[in-house]
Amino acid sequence: MNMNRSKDGYKKLQTGWKILSILLLVYTCTAGLLMEVPRLSIVNESIRALYFHVPMWFGMVFLFFMSAFNAIRYLRNGSAFYDILSREFATTGVVYGALGIVTGMIWANYTWGSPWHGDPKQNGAAVALLVYLAYFILRGSLSNDEQSARLGAVYNLFAFAAMIPLIFILPRMADSMHPGSGGNPGFNMYDLDNRMRMVFYPAVLGWILFGLWITDLRIRIKRLTINS
Amino acid sequence: MVLDLFLKEVKSEIRQQSVLAGLALYLFSAVYIAYSSLGLRGFNLDARIWSALFWIIILFSAFGIVGKGFIGERKGILLYYHSLVSPGSLLLAKMIYSFLLTLFLSIGGWLMFSVLLGNPVQDKGIFLLNIALSSACFGSTLTMLSAIASKAGNSNVLLAVMGFPVVISILLLSVRLTVNTIDGLGFYASSDEALTLLAIHLLTLAVSYLLFPYIWRS
Repeated sequence: MNMNRSKDGYKKLQTGWKILSILLLVYTCTAGLLMEVPRLSIVNESIRALYFHVPMWFGMVFLFFMSAFNAIRYLRNGSAFYDILSREFATTGVVYGALGIVTGMIWANYTWGSPWHGDPKQNGAAVALLVYLAYFILRGSLSNDEQSARLGAVYNLFAFAAMIPLIFILPRMADSMHPGSGGNPGFNMYDLDNRMRMVFYPAVLGWILFGLWITDLRIRIKRLTINS
Repeated sequence: MVLDLFLKEVKSEIRQQSVLAGLALYLFSAVYIAYSSLGLRGFNLDARIWSALFWIIILFSAFGIVGKGFIGERKGILLYYHSLVSPGSLLLAKMIYSFLLTLFLSIGGWLMFSVLLGNPVQDKGIFLLNIALSSACFGSTLTMLSAIASKAGNSNVLLAVMGFPVVISILLLSVRLTVNTIDGLGFYASSDEALTLLAIHLLTLAVSYLLFPYIWRS
């Protein structure tokens, strides 16, 4: 394990994290698909989506948070390096969000009967993705690099502040068809038993680490192309 | 300082009346199109359709007004401001101005709706509060976004692209609140939505106030 700190302050992700991420994801895929799960009507075996669909949202929120955090760092000291970080975290976050929506649609197709049900959480997530896609459009339409970075950081923070009510507050004010709300059986009431917890928490950690790893690779590629 | 800038905005708006008149006409045509396409008078509008229609029309007009908060400004004037005032006071002046303009526009829209499409609102006081809160939210959010968009080339398209997703949460709450006032459910039924709107407004206000100096710098 090497803590390789290069001139511009870039710290390489240590190898241990990556190995841990692989191990956790291998565990998630085997235990998540093979271990016993509670039998619930309608949901049935699709309850296993908990290990793959829900961690996408945890990962997305984490990555967007990191993106906003680096946007603040960029605005504070103006080093282009933080701008790269902020942008790449947002990219991976959008990919996670898209995967979360797709896995959710596959799940909804079997439990709710159709892929898009206009559920408040579904709509909120879709709008949050639109906000971040607009971020990339903004970045693309500014030709001056420094200006693109600065306005991008400002919009990023603004978008993050707008995303919080969308994902965390609004869906809670309306009845959702997601398990755990609107009178539907939830995972954490009586049926997220300890067996499921043993897979769910490692899955969340594994997917988050995996997102960090992808972002790390993208940042390194970006730095190489800029330096060369 | 904020007051001076605000008064300057009002004065320049009054001097070139064509913009205000244009917006009023825009609003009127939009309401008229809704009226004539929904089967003219006598057709009883559902509460949800009425409130959705109302807010969509207000939203589009608001984009028209607030968009020119910063987008219409000439480069020289901005440079002149830069040497005179602090960024925070300029932002606040523009926000107050666009809040009041959106408020007038919404009230005007309400009147036109009452004449052409009927006025199903039962709790009029709460509806006014609803209009005021939503105008404040639209005013602060769109002013900030127009400041960002004004730096880019195709600002109007960019404003729409950035604005719609951010504004959706406000719009959803306003529509829900309006449906409550049409059903006459009283204040306690809608206090949740009203408080959330207020919270979103304060949040955007605080974030914009902190971030605006960075846009201003260029």
